[in-house]
Amino acid sequence: MISERFFNYIVALLILGTALVAWVMDEPFLITLTTKAVILALAGVGLNLALGQGGLISLGHAAFFGLGGYAMGVLASHAQTFTPLMEAPFLIVGTNSMPVIWLVAIVASSLCAFVIGLLSLRTSGVYFIMVTLAFGQMLYYFSISWPAYGGEDGLSIYVRNSFPGLNTLDPIQFFGICFAILMLVIYGVSRLTHSPFGLALNGARQNAQRVHTVGLNPFKLQLAAFTISGAITGLAGALFADLNRFVSPTMFSWQTSGEIMIFIILGGVARLYGPVVGAALFILLEHWLGGLSDFWHVYLGIILLCVVLFARGGLIGALAKKERAHV
Amino acid sequence: MSTVLIIEQILNGLQFGVMLFLMAAGLTLIFGVMGLINLAHGSLYMVGAFAAAAVAASTGSFLLALAASLAAAAIVGAIIELVVIRRLYDRDHLDQVLATFALILIFSETTRWLFGSFPLFLDVPEALSGTVTLPGGIAYSSYRLMIISVGIIVAVGLFLLISKTRIGMRIRAGENDREMIGALGVDISKLYTLIFALGAALAGLSGALVGAIQSVQVGMGEPVLILAFVVIVIGGIGSIKGALVGAILVGLTDTLGRVMLPLFFANFMEQSSATSVGSSLASMSIYILMAAVLIFKPTGLFGRA
Repeated sequence: MISERFFNYIVALLILGTALVAWVMDEPFLITLTTKAVILALAGVGLNLALGQGGLISLGHAAFFGLGGYAMGVLASHAQTFTPLMEAPFLIVGTNSMPVIWLVAIVASSLCAFVIGLLSLRTSGVYFIMVTLAFGQMLYYFSISWPAYGGEDGLSIYVRNSFPGLNTLDPIQFFGICFAILMLVIYGVSRLTHSPFGLALNGARQNAQRVHTVGLNPFKLQLAAFTISGAITGLAGALFADLNRFVSPTMFSWQTSGEIMIFIILGGVARLYGPVVGAALFILLEHWLGGLSDFWHVYLGIILLCVVLFARGGLIGALAKKERAHV
Repeated sequence: MSTVLIIEQILNGLQFGVMLFLMAAGLTLIFGVMGLINLAHGSLYMVGAFAAAAVAASTGSFLLALAASLAAAAIVGAIIELVVIRRLYDRDHLDQVLATFALILIFSETTRWLFGSFPLFLDVPEALSGTVTLPGGIAYSSYRLMIISVGIIVAVGLFLLISKTRIGMRIRAGENDREMIGALGVDISKLYTLIFALGAALAGLSGALVGAIQSVQVGMGEPVLILAFVVIVIGGIGSIKGALVGAILVGLTDTLGRVMLPLFFANFMEQSSATSVGSSLASMSIYILMAAVLIFKPTGLFGRA
């Protein structure tokens, strides 16, 4: 058994190492696979803030993932066709600059998370799960029935968006961008967890009434956490869209929400690196089991079922010391 | 717009609502008594539809197909209750969500493996394939009318079962205090299996009935499941009456919204954009209804605080 902090360093180094080895051996597919794991991990880190720290079981995080994706899709498609997004009252044009797209994705998804949170947090427990699931589904149907941006077919973007000073079409450079963002966000989340806000948020999960009596408002704490959580997942959505150079309503689907949740469970709930380990494991399983059988979801289901029933705490819970935080 | 069209759409909305009720009733019963959120309820709906399609294809009898859907869903429901669900009653909701999500993956892929990815077809029986002329000269599909009546019969039956019989008394007691009825000598685990199988049978029946008007395919259950959640949130968790009212509300809002909203926007927009704005809004209408209910009554229309 090793300490969790040490385990986290190993995980980060392993991911970086895999990409670098793949780069040296000239295996672009492996780099892309690692990049995918990194981006999905980022989405999971977002959800983990709400789910692990805040105890908010959101089954609608695909909404933010999809919004981030469509922020990229809409802006880049307008840049691609040289048509303005909006002419009146003021001119908005498309763009293919990554930082601008990320900013838009973060703003859009945090606004959406704020509104969904405002409504959903009026409820708790099992209602909250159903309501977030329903709002996610609402955006899914909206994206299907709105014909301007591809409707059911989605949107293809032919060239990956640009980042100043880097060639984003080179897999290892794009990996670098995603990995750097993941590390920055994880650092931010770990600071947040140990800040007064994070402590109060954890308190609100364990005993909302008690937090209330010391003069804090659990609703506001949870709403703030949900909003930040949505923003992170939205950013991951924008990166994911850029990785595939394609967005479609699938990003909004409830399966996506379920998968993001699976990352957290496979890794370990409320663990800083839980989603990272989980996403990496998921990609490994997808690749390995997917190669064995077309029906690999059966095996994934069985593994997930066993983890939930018998191995609570996920992989990190099994390998590292420190008790899992109570949910 | 003509009255005939409106009445026809209202009937369609009722038929849709009644189907949602069959799903939502089981979900809300299972939640009310066992405190379990079951995402795999949509899989039971799919199991019912596939069982019906398979039996109808080999025997040609629609009644046998319906019986098969009830039996298959109830048996599969009882099996997953005994093997998996039973271990989840004392767990938190997160574990329940994940374990039942895992069940969805297993069920969907196993069905795809057994039956393939192509949709199966379940035909409307000969006797019900025509139309009935309703008072006022409106011709309406007799099959859909039959669905509405089945739904009403099930609703009345459930009401009688829960309020008049000994089993119903135990179910109500289980909702109020599960430890107490255990102490009084009722075998709780048998009761739970029974309730779960009952909810599963209703879902299976609903899948078979809808399967005849839509196609029977893998993944057909989950959209309905999510709508059933919306119904439960609107009606209030644990309340069968709430499930009925919520289901009818959702059915009518969705069906009428799809017809009316594009027409409404056509009053002040050009036709093509009215259609797209109208249909996009219509696809969101029930969720907006749900948001409105949440603002005014967070515990649902008939929910307990």
